[in-house]
Amino acid sequence: MPALLEVKNLQVRVEEREILHGLTLTVNAGEVHAIMGPNGSGKSTLSHVIAGKPGYEVTGGEILFKGEDLLEMEADERAAKGVFLAFQYPVEIPGVATMTFLRTALNAQRKARGESEFSTPDFLKKVREVAASLNIPQDMLRRGVNVGFSGGEKKRNEVLQMALFQPSLCILDEMDSGLDIDALRIASEGVNALRSSERAMVVITHYQRLLNYIVPDHVHVMSKGRVVKTGGKELALELEASGYAQYEDVAA
Amino acid sequence: MNVALAKTTTGATLDGTFAAARGRLPGTGPVVETRQRAFDQFAVTGLPTRRVEEWKYTDLRRLLGDVAPLAGAPDQAALAEARKAVAALKDGDTQKLVLVDGVFAADLSSFSAGNGVTVHALSAVLADDTSAVRADLLLSTVNDPMLALNAAFATDGVIISVADGIDCATPLQIVHVTTKPNTAAFTRSLIRIGSKAKVTLVETFVATEAAKAYQVHDTTVMWVGDDADLQHVRVMEDAHDAASIASAIVTVGARAKFNTFSLTTGGGVSRYQSFITLAGENSELSTNSVHLLRGQQHGDCTFVIDHAKPGCLSRETFRAVLDDRAHSVFQGKISVHQIAQQTDGKMMSRALLLSDDAEIDNKPELEIFADDVQCGHGATVGALDDSLLFYLRARGLPEKEAESLLIQAFVGEALESIVNDDLRDVAIGAAERWLGTRV
Repeated sequence: MPALLEVKNLQVRVEEREILHGLTLTVNAGEVHAIMGPNGSGKSTLSHVIAGKPGYEVTGGEILFKGEDLLEMEADERAAKGVFLAFQYPVEIPGVATMTFLRTALNAQRKARGESEFSTPDFLKKVREVAASLNIPQDMLRRGVNVGFSGGEKKRNEVLQMALFQPSLCILDEMDSGLDIDALRIASEGVNALRSSERAMVVITHYQRLLNYIVPDHVHVMSKGRVVKTGGKELALELEASGYAQYEDVAA
Repeated sequence: MNVALAKTTTGATLDGTFAAARGRLPGTGPVVETRQRAFDQFAVTGLPTRRVEEWKYTDLRRLLGDVAPLAGAPDQAALAEARKAVAALKDGDTQKLVLVDGVFAADLSSFSAGNGVTVHALSAVLADDTSAVRADLLLSTVNDPMLALNAAFATDGVIISVADGIDCATPLQIVHVTTKPNTAAFTRSLIRIGSKAKVTLVETFVATEAAKAYQVHDTTVMWVGDDADLQHVRVMEDAHDAASIASAIVTVGARAKFNTFSLTTGGGVSRYQSFITLAGENSELSTNSVHLLRGQQHGDCTFVIDHAKPGCLSRETFRAVLDDRAHSVFQGKISVHQIAQQTDGKMMSRALLLSDDAEIDNKPELEIFADDVQCGHGATVGALDDSLLFYLRARGLPEKEAESLLIQAFVGEALESIVNDDLRDVAIGAAERWLGTRV
């Protein structure tokens, strides 16, 4: 069986500037990987390229998801296949009620997979259950997507979607940014509840703090567009003590 | 020189059309005289060109070429087709008054008389030689060539009167159905809402398959009494090679509410011009207009709002979603009379351009003679937001679906202004039909 996600020697450009210079990463089902690194090391670029955001030019290498070429797929096809990116800054969509959005997205994914659409009562029941477990009040679901949500509410809304769509690969892009301790704890508990032997997570963060809540199996340090060191969860603690400076030298 | 030349050309063709049609136009004596005066007034300019300031962005001489010959009265086959078109409307529970090719079709209507609401066919009243006011039905307070043309040719329409204090629970609906190609229908309806009355009025414009390249010329004259409440919804889904030139002349009394919504998805060339006079104190006016246009469609939404008395509030919102080479025009004029203190008038235009070739022209005008008023206007033009599109696509929505959801959100606020649930669904349905046929 192929690995869930295989990134091989990935080279990516944005407007003539190379951001990733041959990045390799293998993630198996059931694993949680943390990717750490300073600003500008290419962490977010990696997450965007995996999710299929336009504006990035892949000049070399490949990304395989369950053995399939991910780069050949549109963003929505990737989502239907089970790739989920939790955004660092979830967008606000005025005029689209959260419930409508959730149902439209879930049914679009199911349709793409050739599955039947969820009936409205089943769907509502499911959303209410998940929302309650994440402390998301019902009135938030009636509002426009993320409109007027606090930073913590936006991140919880991302976790809600993750729980609803049940993706096999979750990429959390700086989930801790803009969250206080309580919000971080609630969101992390939501993420931990989704850990399973069929699912993998890639947690992108600057800080070790998040990894106290979501404990990784593997930690990768990125610098200047490459993975420069890989280790266990203790690597994150080392980094917290010594900083990223040593790795910047390695990459240079 | 050019003007005179152009006028002669169009005038000559139309002279013939008018002469040919005269025998079919209801009314004698003063009605005929009023029609002739109206036609003469139209003939001064002919179809308006861009040199007529009010028509600057909708040059009918260029867009329309000419006025089509008057549609003949519908025969049994036409009525049968129209009946199908009416049955296909999913408008919920309404009292329907149906006009087919410009002629009132009582058999297709579902109006039950009584309960303080009366309905007459305009043609019958125009032809009633005992009526002292019959010729007045063709007069209007607004000087406009297309209004004059409508008065000259109007074949039929409905006259609705709602008595004082009546709460008309079931919406009244005027349905215009066109069944014939290459002809023009001229309709004129008059609606009087008594004081303290509450009414929902719907206007629907559709056509059968056979109707191609036709013209709809409509005028609606409305009076909203003191303390009355008129909720008005207009949905225009005419064929994409048809022309629709429609006017509304509305007089609003004191402490009244007038909420008007219009959705235009049809018509190759269309203009909906609304002249609203706030003629009593402390009334509220809300207008929401939506254009969903594509291909080569040209749509014009013109509002002239006259604050004639103090303390009135007006809110105009216009939203356009334009694809391909579609062209939308929004003209909003707010006039505030010297005595109309404490006027609060605002207008806003928002356009979403889905293509590089789409075009929106906004012309706001404020004409204020009072010194204690609040008036404002604003306009935005933009494309779909790429970051929102990516978010939706990353959640599994294919490109067109993601775009549709954002377009729906864009027009959603205007649709929300429709109070009646069924009618809101009608407008949403029409908007979804437009979205569903996007390629």
